[in-house]
Amino acid sequence: MGKKSIETLVGLFVLAGVVALVFLALKAANLGSFDSGDTYTLTAKFDNIGGLKARAPVRSAGVTVGRVTAISLDPKTYQGVVHLQIQKGVQFPDDSSARILTAGLLGDQYLGIEPGGSEKNFAPGDQIKQTQSAVVLENLIGQFLFSKAADAGTPGASTPPANGGKK
Amino acid sequence: MAALITPLGRKTLEVLRTLGHHASFFIDLMKSLPPVLRRPYLAVAQVHAIGNLSLVIIVASGLAVGFVLALQMYYALSRYGAAESLGLVVNLSLVRELGPVVSALLFAGRAGTSLTAEIGLMKAGEQLAAMDMMAIDPRSRVLAPRFIGGIVSMPILAILFSTIGILGAYVVAVLLIGVDSGNFWSIMQSGVDVWRDVGNGIVKSIVFGVICTFVALYQGYETQATPEGVAHATTKTVVISSLAVLGMDFILTALMFSTT
Repeated sequence: MGKKSIETLVGLFVLAGVVALVFLALKAANLGSFDSGDTYTLTAKFDNIGGLKARAPVRSAGVTVGRVTAISLDPKTYQGVVHLQIQKGVQFPDDSSARILTAGLLGDQYLGIEPGGSEKNFAPGDQIKQTQSAVVLENLIGQFLFSKAADAGTPGASTPPANGGKK
Repeated sequence: MAALITPLGRKTLEVLRTLGHHASFFIDLMKSLPPVLRRPYLAVAQVHAIGNLSLVIIVASGLAVGFVLALQMYYALSRYGAAESLGLVVNLSLVRELGPVVSALLFAGRAGTSLTAEIGLMKAGEQLAAMDMMAIDPRSRVLAPRFIGGIVSMPILAILFSTIGILGAYVVAVLLIGVDSGNFWSIMQSGVDVWRDVGNGIVKSIVFGVICTFVALYQGYETQATPEGVAHATTKTVVISSLAVLGMDFILTALMFSTT
């Protein structure tokens, strides 16, 4: 085989690799779906961020409008500070509220923004004042058990008919 | 007592000597890389011999792995009503683990053995010694182009393996089973990160390329110049590079994907 044809074949080989890489990056991964384009940042403080992670999506009405860029702890108030990056084209009123929600029963957690009714919009770098913490399953179960126990403690409440009243 | 301690000491020194020999061989190899830049064609020819000629087995294995992975994952996921996540599961397992690792194992079997046998026979036929006599450094003339060829080929082969595997999974899942095509791609896109998943997979495959090519060259260059020696060295190439790749994969996975 000549020198020229070997070089052509190697060129084709490398080209195939580049095409495959572009396919992986654009079609099979998230490059280009969001990261491009201008963004502005907002922050929000939560009493409990639950399982929220950096790079989690920010959604409004189910539509992804941004991403969580960083999470830190406020050393004074002991609240979790979540930094968001929102697409420039999407503006929210400055009394909008942020909630930490879960996609499906066991899905990943994301940050939902509920738009408010104010005339003014958030400026870049603003803080979302109204927040609602993540629902922690252990707390829910705890509340449920306590309310059950309270029910069982009151007289006249339903007692388990274990023996059917027979002696 | 001394009869027990002396073999232990001898064994330890042997291990240390082997490690040191590998290290000094690696340093010599690094030193002999720059002269290749003056003759890039030598490396290009090696990319052809190592990369292009491994293409058939890589593409065939990638396709087969994609098919089987899609079928098995479909059985498992459809029980939980999550058949749409099939693309995501196949993509992540291919890009993160199977692509780099399986193509490195195939690479050791297909390209590593041929490198070892070729260099081993060159040594047995005293071609390397003859080069030395003509004041041509056999390291920069024979070993370095092959080393570069291996490092260039390995990531490309791994990327092709993953891509073909994903396309194979698409054929089985969407065209044969009937998973929704839009969900297949969009769930995949939302779950796979370019830098974290695809990028780390490529880093892995480069590391595996260095390991496999280095082991093959070392075994070939240090072989005993007999037919049995070359046969032994070829076997050792496959065994050592496969074990090294699997061990290194665990370390790299732990480093790359441990946090969050």
